[in-house]
Amino acid sequence: MWRRSASFILDKHQNNKPISLTPSIGSPPPLSASVADENLNPNHISAYYQTRAAHHEIVTSDWLEQAQAAVRRYLDQDSPVSGRPFSVIEEFDNWRQQPALAEAVAAIRALAAVIRASEANTMMELEIELKKASDTLKAWDTTSISLTAGCDLFMRYVTRTSALESEDFNSAKSRVLGRAEKFGEISNKIIATLSQDFIFDGCTILVHGFSRVVFEILKTAAQNKKLFRVLCTEGRPDKTGVLLAKELAKLDVPVKLLIDSAVAYCMDEVDMVFVGADGVVESGGVINMMGTYQIAIVAHSMNKPVYVAAESYKFARLYPLDQKDLEPALQPIDFGVSVPPKVEVERSARDYTPQFLTLLFTDLGVLTPSVVSDELIQLYL
Amino acid sequence: MDPPSRFLHSVPTRFDSPDRLRFHHFSFPQLPLPRHDSSSAAASAVSPSSFSYSTAATSPTASPGRVSRGSFSRFSFASSLPGVGMDSMAAATSSSVPASGLTTVSVVNMPPPPGLSEKASGVGVQKSSKPLKEKTTKAERRALQDAQRAASKAEGGKAPLVSSGSVASANVKAAKPAKPSSQENDVAVAAAGPSEKDRKKDAPHPRMQYDDESRVVKAKRRAVVKQTEAKNRVELFRHLPQYEHGTQLPDLETKFSLLDPMYPAVYKVGLQYLSGDISGGNARCIAMLQAFQEVVKDYSTPPEKTLNRDLTAKISSYVSFLIECRPLSVSMGNAIRFVKNRIAQLPITLFESEAKAALQSDIQRFISEKIVAADKAIVRHAVTKIRYGDVLLTYGSPSAVEMVLLQAHELRKKFRVLVVDSLPKLEGQLLLRRLIKRGIDCTYTHINAISYITHEVTKVFLGASSVLSNGTVYSRVGTACVAMVASAFRVPVLVCCEAYKFHEREQLDSICSNELGDPNVISKVHGRGDINYLDGLTNNANLQFLNLMYDATPSDYISMIITDYGMVPPTSVPVIVREYQKEHLLV
Repeated sequence: MWRRSASFILDKHQNNKPISLTPSIGSPPPLSASVADENLNPNHISAYYQTRAAHHEIVTSDWLEQAQAAVRRYLDQDSPVSGRPFSVIEEFDNWRQQPALAEAVAAIRALAAVIRASEANTMMELEIELKKASDTLKAWDTTSISLTAGCDLFMRYVTRTSALESEDFNSAKSRVLGRAEKFGEISNKIIATLSQDFIFDGCTILVHGFSRVVFEILKTAAQNKKLFRVLCTEGRPDKTGVLLAKELAKLDVPVKLLIDSAVAYCMDEVDMVFVGADGVVESGGVINMMGTYQIAIVAHSMNKPVYVAAESYKFARLYPLDQKDLEPALQPIDFGVSVPPKVEVERSARDYTPQFLTLLFTDLGVLTPSVVSDELIQLYL
Repeated sequence: MDPPSRFLHSVPTRFDSPDRLRFHHFSFPQLPLPRHDSSSAAASAVSPSSFSYSTAATSPTASPGRVSRGSFSRFSFASSLPGVGMDSMAAATSSSVPASGLTTVSVVNMPPPPGLSEKASGVGVQKSSKPLKEKTTKAERRALQDAQRAASKAEGGKAPLVSSGSVASANVKAAKPAKPSSQENDVAVAAAGPSEKDRKKDAPHPRMQYDDESRVVKAKRRAVVKQTEAKNRVELFRHLPQYEHGTQLPDLETKFSLLDPMYPAVYKVGLQYLSGDISGGNARCIAMLQAFQEVVKDYSTPPEKTLNRDLTAKISSYVSFLIECRPLSVSMGNAIRFVKNRIAQLPITLFESEAKAALQSDIQRFISEKIVAADKAIVRHAVTKIRYGDVLLTYGSPSAVEMVLLQAHELRKKFRVLVVDSLPKLEGQLLLRRLIKRGIDCTYTHINAISYITHEVTKVFLGASSVLSNGTVYSRVGTACVAMVASAFRVPVLVCCEAYKFHEREQLDSICSNELGDPNVISKVHGRGDINYLDGLTNNANLQFLNLMYDATPSDYISMIITDYGMVPPTSVPVIVREYQKEHLLV
């Protein structure tokens, strides 16, 4: 495995040597601490990206097999996790299959189901149950940032407000339930409204990846009769760009598809770049589909603004220092031809864009990247 | 050089009789200051004669043109005071070194005649600096108007006073960009002294500017620690105190029995600071707080006095003693503010024993929550950033970083450490020893070699004395170099700093606020007699030694700051300061 140091040749050499030289500290520990993940995905394939691929109906047969095997295996192991017939993972699985639902929202809906099915009599008990369910969800897929962030946010809400002495248990329970159901409901609409001012007539927008929020923004703009055109990157290997182009064409928006390598070529005729986010991190950067950082660098070098559309529940308490400081989230990549032997493939599904972002459109308002940390501090203090 | 000397000679005579002073009343009107406080009035009745302004006694390299304005160290905040006449100022400008444009303006809260005498006696050469209108309070603006009105009545002797821009209330911090030109805006400083109770409690106190000779002299009279000012000083740093090292200890030891108001624990801590036994932000702060705990324990309210006021006054006097031993670090300043806040918030109705117990437990809680627990939280966050095979660089001997490295080693992470060190303190050697004892792989080098070794470094961990509101890291001198070189090599720089060390002031450079160490230590290299070329040259007029202790690293070179609140970008420091203060007041 090629690691960060330039002396990868030496590393490889060392890995081939017998381990007896350094008995106490052997080869690097498994990259992610998620043993559960190991059991599920022998190839570290990220469930989050699998879901997205499924939403976009890009399914390869061997992926499907693996996914089915994984779910089957997990369901077998399920009983020690929750001794009741109700399984939060199952709920979550059901919810997230819906393409219209964001991952975090699906998780919260699953937690809402936990509340409904709960037999607790006090807030404390309910809280503990929710915590356990939330931890299970998070452990099930450690690569999904919005899932973790959404769960944390909801748990924070529950803990913070559970101390209210004035209400009895049932009203508290229904309050929390109501919040869970409303979670993430109208954020897309708010974000779309906020960003309308930034799309002017005659502008050219470059879009990367199929983000529901970005799509909502463009749809609203089209409905408001704005004249603009969209350049879509192909978005290999998901080929999400093709799907987005199809949807936009349905709305009568002029769309042009580009291969990912053509971004720099077309950047001079672009007025702004819109991307979504898988997660927004504390440094003000975003984690998004592979290729976002590249586009941001090109846009910055040509003085084009890069706008990120993200709901506030995607704000995560992570602070990556570099690209490899994230949990590895791998996806299957289909090159069209079989990969030659002895050749490794970079299969990461996402990258980290630490800078060059102009503004973030969130349901909290239009923010600059440094405000993300402010919001997080206030939220988690 | 005539005009300044003439001016100089004329000044002392004015001190002799109050009448003469009154004559100069119109030339140097005293501005009635907003905070009028009976106790301070008493204090301000320092007679002119005590204000022996002996320029001869002070350093010969002092610019003769600098006749400083008298000031009362009691009073905290700056206000705009009319400057001295034009000609003197012009003269002063020509004679004094440009960088010494840092004249201090001190606002004194005094009743007019004695106050006036004082003020008049301190005819300061004020460089006219741009008034910061937006910073002056209403009272000060009123004062300014009075001055100008009075100035217009002045006789022909002195040219109309030029008001110097001065910085406002205690809310304004001492940090202004120090341009080595005559356009300095000063923050008046209330020098060491029991004046702290007059300051707004929540504002940190600016430091005394030491190029104001008369105030320095006054402070010296009141000083417990007798320090002689260094003779050969760099002009750019004249606003910082510099003393002959080694002169204080024997004197202090003999005076111990004479120091009535001094409490032994505080005295001991002061001595330890002076000798350098305790160094480092956390250590100094904890030592001081523990001394204060003892003070509180043995305290008993004198009759006719309230605990709040009296104890605050006592604490202030101890603090001024500690400042004389060694200027306060930001961590200590914040801790003192906390203690005074707690004292002020004690309800009057409490019994003395209850109040004392509450105070002691508050101090204990501060230490355990803000320092000890904070360090644990920092370690927890920071170890997640250390990956297998990392090469970590650290500079000096930061306590937080040491804890992080030791914990990471406990967790069996494989990494190695590069300790960078610098003369004269060679603090890195202490860290090196401790790391090696635990079995961590270390490399040791001096700061000259950082551009040579940084290519193999994966992360840089630095400590900080303080982080300021604009994200600037104020830390041991040399830190800025390390951070900049790392940034040039695209290596992430992580600063570990507890949140109690954050400060709301902003600093743009390392000059306006710093600490000067003993210049003699840089003139010789310990243990290498053969290369001590500078031996004996300490008093050469052409050679000045500068031993800075701190420097300021701009936020662009910092990747993240690890605090007990988590990992934050440097831009979030004002947010934490704001949240922290809210918590502070509620607690």
